[in-house]
Amino acid sequence: MRKLTFLAAAAATLLAACSQQGPGESTPAASSTAGGAAASGTPVIGLALSTQNNPFFVELKDGATKAAKDAGVQLVVVDAQDDPARQISSVEDLIQKRVSVILLNPTDSSALAGAVQSAQRANIPVITLDRGVDGAEVASHIASDNIAGGKMAADFLAKQLNGKGNIIELQGVAGTSAARERGKGFDDEIATTGMKVVAQQPANFDRAQGLSVSENLLQGNTDVQAIFAQNDEMALGAVQALAGKNKKILVVGFDGTPDGKTAVQSGAMAATVAQQPEEIGKLGVETAKKLIDKQPVEKSIAVPLKLLTKE
Amino acid sequence: MTLQLNWSQAKTLFQRLGSVIGLLLLFIVLSVLSPDFLTTGNLLTVLRQVSINALIAFGMTFVILSGGIDLSVGAILAFTGAITASLMAAGHGMVLSVGAGLALGAVLGMVNGALVSWGRVAPFIATLGTVTLLRGLTLAYTQGSPIPVTNPGFAMLGGGYIANLIPLPVIWMAVAFILCGFLLRGTVFGRHVVAIGGNEEAARLSGVRISPMKLAIYGLSGLLSAFAGVVLTSRLYSAQATAGAGYELDAIAAVVLGGTSLAGGRGWLFGTLIGALLIGFLNNGLNLLGVSSFYQQVVKGIVILIAVLLDRRQ
Repeated sequence: MRKLTFLAAAAATLLAACSQQGPGESTPAASSTAGGAAASGTPVIGLALSTQNNPFFVELKDGATKAAKDAGVQLVVVDAQDDPARQISSVEDLIQKRVSVILLNPTDSSALAGAVQSAQRANIPVITLDRGVDGAEVASHIASDNIAGGKMAADFLAKQLNGKGNIIELQGVAGTSAARERGKGFDDEIATTGMKVVAQQPANFDRAQGLSVSENLLQGNTDVQAIFAQNDEMALGAVQALAGKNKKILVVGFDGTPDGKTAVQSGAMAATVAQQPEEIGKLGVETAKKLIDKQPVEKSIAVPLKLLTKE
Repeated sequence: MTLQLNWSQAKTLFQRLGSVIGLLLLFIVLSVLSPDFLTTGNLLTVLRQVSINALIAFGMTFVILSGGIDLSVGAILAFTGAITASLMAAGHGMVLSVGAGLALGAVLGMVNGALVSWGRVAPFIATLGTVTLLRGLTLAYTQGSPIPVTNPGFAMLGGGYIANLIPLPVIWMAVAFILCGFLLRGTVFGRHVVAIGGNEEAARLSGVRISPMKLAIYGLSGLLSAFAGVVLTSRLYSAQATAGAGYELDAIAAVVLGGTSLAGGRGWLFGTLIGALLIGFLNNGLNLLGVSSFYQQVVKGIVILIAVLLDRRQ
């Protein structure tokens, strides 16, 4: 019985001592006596990538690496392999390394709020790249202007088809900001023309799904003049679905990946709205440098897009 | 005769200590190479990172000791995490939601056990089937998008601290380690697990009831995976449909690194803890040193291969 009382008391003490604040998070650089990143002179910027298994993010990293070299700062890159739990771990590792700024390219908008808050408690500002983080304030958010890009694609088709025609739209992963914004920019602009989106379905930014969804939609809709895919991978799937069909259907993609650009050059795709991932990475490092130098930065930075067509 | 026995005991001891020595070596090397490694903050951070894998690996140790394998742990984690989060989103209390998630995990594990024992399906194939099934169910249930959690109490499970210092997941890991260790070493159940892995036919002949045992073993693995799912959901403050992908491999790696034989019948739980710590400190250290993630995988692969080769030598 006495044991039980003791256990209960111990448990109560522990519960009372519970908190969401971690060790050292309230007193950040105070304990940094061991030297390390902060003391070595060159400021260190951490870049937490969602994945390097996608050329887009590799280009983003390359842009950041180059900019870091030019700005004379050290860049430490960690990769989450598209696993939010792994990304939290790697952000924590960057906090432990006491980097000056964290550039975060989230695997997922909903899962990283805690990691961002941990960084801020350690007085490390966070800049999000390409995707935002829900439920946490960041120093700056740098991404392509996806709405403007969707509008660009719609304007291009309007010009090519003289403002008339039926369009199939392949959508990205439901709920992602990229899918939402590209769709909005495209749909709103199409509504101002004589063209019509006759079918739209998610193919989850995936080439294989782009192929099968296009095949299905083309079966159900015979009178189609164009396909707009919210990324190049799906557009390339649509190109495969059209292969062997004796019909002139314009395919427009988004992102401007190397594969997408090649397809535009060969005429398989009519156009792609090219993002500039290198520019995102470069602006990320430059903005981080401004934060280190205690200069003001913009809360939201839109990176322009370019419409790529043949020639 | 006594000398013979002592010699083989010494060999076993050395082999078991191999993982501990490996961890110590890694510790020393990382402390020298990175000034940020040997700090209280960093060590506790790594312990917290390790806790999810350790929870799963503890259950996996029982399965592998019994001569089986469980590939469905990551899928069970994702499915039970989604159910727990959606129950809370529907307004149910934290205790009920977490309880339901844990119970579901145990039941799903027992389904694996039933397939393996009564269905006579090889564990690899049976759990491969349940992975695919559960991944599909999770995607269908969540429609592929994350389920947010809005319960501050629940957030403590994975994100809280005791006395502003020790992360709660580390406490869960320690409690699970003690309970599982007792189960394995101090109970008939544990001895029967090892007996089945050593020689199933002999175990049966000496009166071990194989089928209920397998149900319990896989059920335990499912329960611990579900618990890991709850902790992960709490840390991410949302249930992710694709959570836990590849976690079965990390758990198996921890078990094998710890010196438990994949053939079953021989191993220890402490080794699994060491194995999980090895993987965690390796990941953390390579991140602190700024090693590219591609080479991190290469290093991890080499470490696992060395561990398995040492095991074969024995």
